[in-house]
Amino acid sequence: MIRIDSVTKRYPDGTVAVDRLSLEIPDRSITVLVGPSGCGKTTTLRMINRMVEPSEGTILLDGEDIQRQPVTTLRRSMGYVIQNAGLFQHRTIVDNIATVPRMLGWGKQKARARAAELMERVGLDAALAKRYPYQLSGGQQQRVGVARALAADPPVLLMDEPFSAVDPVVRKGLQDELLRIQDELGKTIVFVTHDIDEAIKLGTMVAVMRTGGHLAQYAPPAELLSSPADAFVEDFLGGDRGIRRLSFFPSARLELTSDPVIPLDATAEQIAAPDAPYLLVTDADGRPLGWSEPRDLVAGDIRPDRLLSHGRPFVPGTDSLRVALDCAVLSPTGWAVAVDTGGRVTGVVSQATIGEAIRSAHAAGLDDEKVAG
Amino acid sequence: MNVLNFVNAFFSDSAHWQGYDGIPARLGEHVQYTLEALALAAAIGLPIGLVTGHYGRGGNALSLVATAGRALPSFGLLVLMTTLLGFGMLPVMIPLVVLAVPPILVTTYEAMRSVDPSPVDAARGMGMHESRILFQVELPVALPLILSGLRSAAIQIVSTATIAAYVSLGGLGRYIVDGLYQRNYEKVVGGATLVAVLALVTLALFWAVARVAVSPGVRRS
Repeated sequence: MIRIDSVTKRYPDGTVAVDRLSLEIPDRSITVLVGPSGCGKTTTLRMINRMVEPSEGTILLDGEDIQRQPVTTLRRSMGYVIQNAGLFQHRTIVDNIATVPRMLGWGKQKARARAAELMERVGLDAALAKRYPYQLSGGQQQRVGVARALAADPPVLLMDEPFSAVDPVVRKGLQDELLRIQDELGKTIVFVTHDIDEAIKLGTMVAVMRTGGHLAQYAPPAELLSSPADAFVEDFLGGDRGIRRLSFFPSARLELTSDPVIPLDATAEQIAAPDAPYLLVTDADGRPLGWSEPRDLVAGDIRPDRLLSHGRPFVPGTDSLRVALDCAVLSPTGWAVAVDTGGRVTGVVSQATIGEAIRSAHAAGLDDEKVAG
Repeated sequence: MNVLNFVNAFFSDSAHWQGYDGIPARLGEHVQYTLEALALAAAIGLPIGLVTGHYGRGGNALSLVATAGRALPSFGLLVLMTTLLGFGMLPVMIPLVVLAVPPILVTTYEAMRSVDPSPVDAARGMGMHESRILFQVELPVALPLILSGLRSAAIQIVSTATIAAYVSLGGLGRYIVDGLYQRNYEKVVGGATLVAVLALVTLALFWAVARVAVSPGVRRS
């Protein structure tokens, strides 16, 4: 565990970047420091690997003051990823990744083998190994940056706005990749960003900081969204935090109905039986084809090209309530289609049912908070 | 008679290819002066440029020294040094080194300053020692510019080393000085041609060194 204990960073000109900050960073999870520019988040991160020395206070790593060990030893036990990747342009990708193992005295072959393994882990094509950084896209370079930081298998990973310089699509890919890697490796990650959505998506714990180096709130993302500590945090979270909070509610317990689901070769009785405004037609494998009003359907002559789009389906259990609601909102009929991981329809659910699920999830959340309080 | 006739006459005279005043001997001396002066200038300019560039301090002092160095006329310095120190290699080396240090020093400093700071930050953050950051992160990237500084220094030395002949030393300047004295313009032009060719060869050599020493990752980006 990393423990930041009333740390202050004051520069010679009197500027206070971080003001008596205390933070406990749990092991094997992602802790995000987020805030507007000038809030001291990067300074805080850089104090953990002593790129910046605190003016007051101590930082403990597994109970030991980080000042106690040589600075290079400390830094080699922590992976460091920065905004523009900071790759060594004169070295090939594989040699960039092998940097820290080589510094630690590994043989060239062993270090390169390790680098190749990491390229695979971060989703880089092995064919890129002998390329130089200028030949890679920004997103690929950032993957190399992550691989390089992981090369010597450090227990701690410090990431300073690593995905800020890439476009939103690539950024989403990198975020998903980081979560996947974290699932496999379980590092203690400290992640700095100015993007609150990134913080909520990645963080196990999120520390919201405000200008002047003060900690505004330190909480899991769901709690941050449900009960912001003050107006600053609420404002920083942005407008639709209620909707965003739904990301943390599972869709597994939604009550699905399969009554309005009929096969393509449905009989007249099957079309007439359900008491529903719309019917969902599926193909022979049970995959959704589209919606239709019952009166527009003729048994034996259902034409898939005449059906209304079924919209994006969601997977109960995997997707959140937010996804389910989004599917229902986007659906032309107001009903969301639930499928299994194979894409076969398991049922449909209305906006009204999702609304009830949201209310009961909120009630359960309130109960939890009461118990916690 | 035009210049080409002079050149032709000079190089076709077999007497110019033999003995202590022959082309091979004078060329050898000239190359020797050049290499010595360049080595000395590099020994002074490179370390200072690398270290000040790495730490980013002393840039103003450097440009002051460089401007002062450039303002000193080499020939005047040679005469002054010879008056003070007598005849010999040293009074010749001093003006050549004074001439060559500024381009090496200033370009090396600028080359180090122009290195992208983010790889340096990354290297420091992963626990690399400062000396290693200098030699393994900054230097390889700064190398093309540093080599260009050395190259212009080398070319200036090649052309200026002719002044050694004024104080009774050898080198290609011998032909120019003696030719002027003897009113033998064939010799003057021949000597000047040799200096020009040597300068071009120097250029080619630096190009080749850059091809070999600079990483493809730096050359192309």
